[in-house]
Amino acid sequence: MATGTEPPATEPARARGGVRGATRAAIAAPHLRTDRWWLAPAATTAGLLAFVVYSTWRAFADSDYYAAPYVSPFYSPCLAERCRPMHAGPNWEVFGGWWGISPAIIILVFPLGFRLTCYYYRKAYYRGFWASPPACAVAEPHRTYTGETRFPLVLQNLHRYFFYAAVVVAGILTYDTALAFRDEHYAWGHMGLGTLVFLANIVLIWAYTLSCHSCRHIVGGKLKHFSRHPVRYRMWQFVGRLNARHMLLAWASLVSVALADLYVWLVASGAFDDPRFF
Amino acid sequence: MSVVDRQEWDVVVVGAGGAGLRAAIEARERGCRTAVVCKSLFGKAHTVMAEGGIAAAMANANEHDSWQVHFRDTLRGGKFLNQWRMAELHAQEAPDRVWELETWGALFDRTKDGRISQRNFGGHEYPRLAHVGDRTGLELIRTLQQKVVALQQEDFRETGDHEARLKVFQECTVTRVLKDGDRVSGVFGYERESGRFFVLEAPAVVIATGGIGKSFKVTSNSWEYTGDGHALALLAGAPLLNMEFVQFHPTGMVWPPSVKGILVTESVRGDGGVLRNSEGDRFMFRYVPDVFKEKYAETEEEADRWYDDPDHHRRPPELLPRDEVARAINAEVKAGRGSPHGGVFLDVSTRMPAEVIRRRLPSMYHQFKELADVDITAEAMEVGPTCHYVMGGIAVDSDSAAARGVPGLYAAGEVAGGMHGSNRLGGNSLSDLLVFGRRAGRHAAEYAAALAGARPRADDAQVDAAAAEALRPFSAEAEADAAHEDAGAGGRPPENPYTLHQELQQTMNDLVGIIRREGEMRQALVKLAELRVRARRAGVEGHRQFNPGWHLALDLRNMLLVSECVARAALERTESRGGHTREDHPAMDRAWRRINLLCTLTDPTGGLAATGGTGGLAATDPTGGLTAADPVSGRIRLTRETTEPVRPDLLALFDKEELVKYLAEEELYE
Amino acid sequence: MSGYQARFKVWRGDVDGGGLEDYRVEVDEGEVVLDVIHRIQATQAPDLAVRWNCKAGKCGSCSAEVNGRPRLMCMTRMSVFDRAETVTVTPLRAFPVVRDLVTDVGFNYRKAREVPAFVPPAGLGPGEYRMMQEDVDRPQEFRKCIECFLCQDTCHVVRDHEENKTAFAGPRFLMRVAELDMHPLDAAADTGLDRERAAQEVHGLGYCNITKCCTEVCPEGIKITDNALIPLKERAVDRKYDPLVWLGSKIRRRGAGG
Repeated sequence: MATGTEPPATEPARARGGVRGATRAAIAAPHLRTDRWWLAPAATTAGLLAFVVYSTWRAFADSDYYAAPYVSPFYSPCLAERCRPMHAGPNWEVFGGWWGISPAIIILVFPLGFRLTCYYYRKAYYRGFWASPPACAVAEPHRTYTGETRFPLVLQNLHRYFFYAAVVVAGILTYDTALAFRDEHYAWGHMGLGTLVFLANIVLIWAYTLSCHSCRHIVGGKLKHFSRHPVRYRMWQFVGRLNARHMLLAWASLVSVALADLYVWLVASGAFDDPRFF
Repeated sequence: MSVVDRQEWDVVVVGAGGAGLRAAIEARERGCRTAVVCKSLFGKAHTVMAEGGIAAAMANANEHDSWQVHFRDTLRGGKFLNQWRMAELHAQEAPDRVWELETWGALFDRTKDGRISQRNFGGHEYPRLAHVGDRTGLELIRTLQQKVVALQQEDFRETGDHEARLKVFQECTVTRVLKDGDRVSGVFGYERESGRFFVLEAPAVVIATGGIGKSFKVTSNSWEYTGDGHALALLAGAPLLNMEFVQFHPTGMVWPPSVKGILVTESVRGDGGVLRNSEGDRFMFRYVPDVFKEKYAETEEEADRWYDDPDHHRRPPELLPRDEVARAINAEVKAGRGSPHGGVFLDVSTRMPAEVIRRRLPSMYHQFKELADVDITAEAMEVGPTCHYVMGGIAVDSDSAAARGVPGLYAAGEVAGGMHGSNRLGGNSLSDLLVFGRRAGRHAAEYAAALAGARPRADDAQVDAAAAEALRPFSAEAEADAAHEDAGAGGRPPENPYTLHQELQQTMNDLVGIIRREGEMRQALVKLAELRVRARRAGVEGHRQFNPGWHLALDLRNMLLVSECVARAALERTESRGGHTREDHPAMDRAWRRINLLCTLTDPTGGLAATGGTGGLAATDPTGGLTAADPVSGRIRLTRETTEPVRPDLLALFDKEELVKYLAEEELYE
Repeated sequence: MSGYQARFKVWRGDVDGGGLEDYRVEVDEGEVVLDVIHRIQATQAPDLAVRWNCKAGKCGSCSAEVNGRPRLMCMTRMSVFDRAETVTVTPLRAFPVVRDLVTDVGFNYRKAREVPAFVPPAGLGPGEYRMMQEDVDRPQEFRKCIECFLCQDTCHVVRDHEENKTAFAGPRFLMRVAELDMHPLDAAADTGLDRERAAQEVHGLGYCNITKCCTEVCPEGIKITDNALIPLKERAVDRKYDPLVWLGSKIRRRGAGG
């Protein structure tokens, strides 16, 4: 057309390459964020790594996990013959004498699985460890992506079953906390600093466990009509309020469980003397 | 020249807001292949801005409600200037239209027993507005959008093509309605994205383009509201009705400047918010006009009791119709009792707990928090009037929504006139869209079906002329150069369309705004004529691909036409009524109740020359340039018309004493 | 407080190429990024292409990336930036660019068509619908969506992997599936449509790795991940990964085969 105002005829070529693909706005930088977007994934990575290092060492240490009346949450319940005897404690010799390594390994599979498949931790390690994505609107370094559609990540859908196991474990840790109201001679009605540590830990463990997205689904989220199930609706609302703080609870309970173990280790190794209140 | 893409459809709907989509759904369900053309993306129409609700006498909240009460409220609000048959149909059909939305997936807020909850609103006797928090318009548009998609999915299952029978041409602007003799033959438009022209040939065209707010500086309307449909109808030979009635919503944000005009929903007042001036006085008690005296509370105590027990108390005066509240705020500010930024205070913070405010007015809470950094749970909002709605519009037949004088042209929604009289009640807009959108779609479909064998043809010459008109802004510079050579030193550079638009908005805001005076309106007409001449030189840079400067240059034609209609009609009507307030004629005049003002183009040739100019169009009508340049005659002719008397059974719904205030003697005796 | 000169970088160009262009522009008190873009348009670059409508955060038209973050330009106040800072505005980077700040968002409209519509319950006429507020609360949250498509833009599944656009509906439309699945009167199941299974098998729910960027960018504050996507994943687990259900279907299939 004579006016020269006809739009250019273009046939956009389809190509791979994410934000730098042929059809996208031509911007070379993988992202243009100016804030400290790397801080959150870096802190997450550092925090998780610290826990992994500490817990691996403690889980394989196979020592200093019992100081009457306290049993480390890493070793509870203790299910092998080699476990330290705990008077009325959670040591049931299910596995007998053939189990040659630290008995913590048997039981840690469950809380570990619960946390590995947890919807919050998934976000945390997908971002922090796998950079998928490292942060919002920051290009990820992978050429292909299939998410949780295939093995092994499709197994994340098993979260619900780890939740059931986590409830059992939390129940046992509650039992341990009750046992912590004894003194070192197993006499009831006593309390020490360790009892408080255990109390704080079990409250956080339960709060984290119950705030789980699967739990929210099971207690009521799966319903189509809340109005026909008023009790479950209330439970759903309660879990929902906890669920809104799932991330906070995930970290708080992670720290508290490590601290509870650390406390037992300090007392059991004789580095620290449990102050008794009464 | 004619390399323009042509397609054939049965019904073309211009506009994809509530009315347009409802019309399209109706036409498609009646078997017509229907095309919808909209300026924005599908689902972004201005309807999403509606906050309060949809007025419909479902009687869910108060069993005394009925269509008769709704009709009565509507006529009172419109000061009896409403096209009464429209108000009747509207009140009768609104509940069905709301219930129908539920069957398409809409989720309104609920009453305790699971029905649709209804809220109070200005001018409505009972709680009547079906709502979803304060985002009812969004729910409406999304529901209609999803219904369109549902129909497309149905078509896909049958034909393998989603768009076989219902297609949305998004981001396209229609610049002309094409005609074959008297009858509509289609539309001409361009794709905003590519700048390519297209013609949709169709025997029936439904105009549903909304309002004209972008001609005013302080407005709650979005950029699309450039009066396109009003202008398209005018240019196609259809008259506009009562264009002087422009509603200024009483509560728009006044600060910061960049958000001035953005709406503060009326539900703030419906739910308990009160208006105060800088002296802390709840001033609305002083502004209750005589015609409303019996209906509104006289003391703060009485007004406050109404919120809990509406059956035994009179309403707070904050809930008077919008025109009354807007005028009152204007008067307070003028008397020096305004807020720091030139508004008044609207306070909910002292009336409700913070938690309740956040729950009932969530988007207002966020709007103020994010745009003005004001926490409405802790401090009062500053508000002032903002141009919100035009009651005037295309003159239509009440039952069929057919535009007068142009067979095949239909109009629904804000672009159609008559329904709301001189002032619209809150909540009546969304129901208007649905009721008359459906009617327009239905009658357009029937009309198109009847013409199946003898479709009107889109004329090549008209298409070429429309294309030339649309391309003119690109050659403005060359024209200016040519003029320079011709006139020696008299030539001027092309005009910046953005500057022209700003001047137009300032003119309308200052001279034809909420309070009008004869001298100022005459001044406005002179200014409009000057702008019209300059607009012919509006030039743009770049090419046609998504070029907003070009789009604005084309929209200017529409805004100038419509603004002239508003100014001329406002000058003519020497009384104050509803959305039209004359300082020099402050009272309502019963003699004017029976008078409608109709605007038509002075150029009777069908309007292709109406934009004047020296482009390709001047050749078709050499006098076009002359008419346009003459400020006194302008392009709009006004005619008076006496309205049809209100049907006696409808009049019987009112008390005699009330009718005396509105109706002329002879009407009463009839 | 008075106005000041701000530094802006705005991406100009089209599918054939383009780049960031520098502008010095006046900024007044209380303005948002969209005001500044409009001022550039009115005074320096009349053909600068940008989408916008309501300028009040209700229509979701003016989506762009401001300093690399997906935002609504009308809801991004200039006061959040340091006066000396250069503000960079680019089009959405997950979609094909059309011109300047305008992108082709057709992907979203195609995906919208792939979600089967609300199915009205048989036997209930207009006006007979009864729903309790507690039952509509959940889908109502999702219906606050203004379709700004910022979640679709930020989601790395399609932002970084064009090839996934076929299989993955994106957060907005998975949320739509959740909305319909939670609608108290949706009768899809009666017509044989299993929305929970479809979420995974048709709309690509499995691609979501719940990294929550959609929730982070949502201007309406919808908890997309926690309230829509994760509940939908749990509902898909009910359908597909419950061992009892799985066992039952195996047995049925074997019975049918033999």
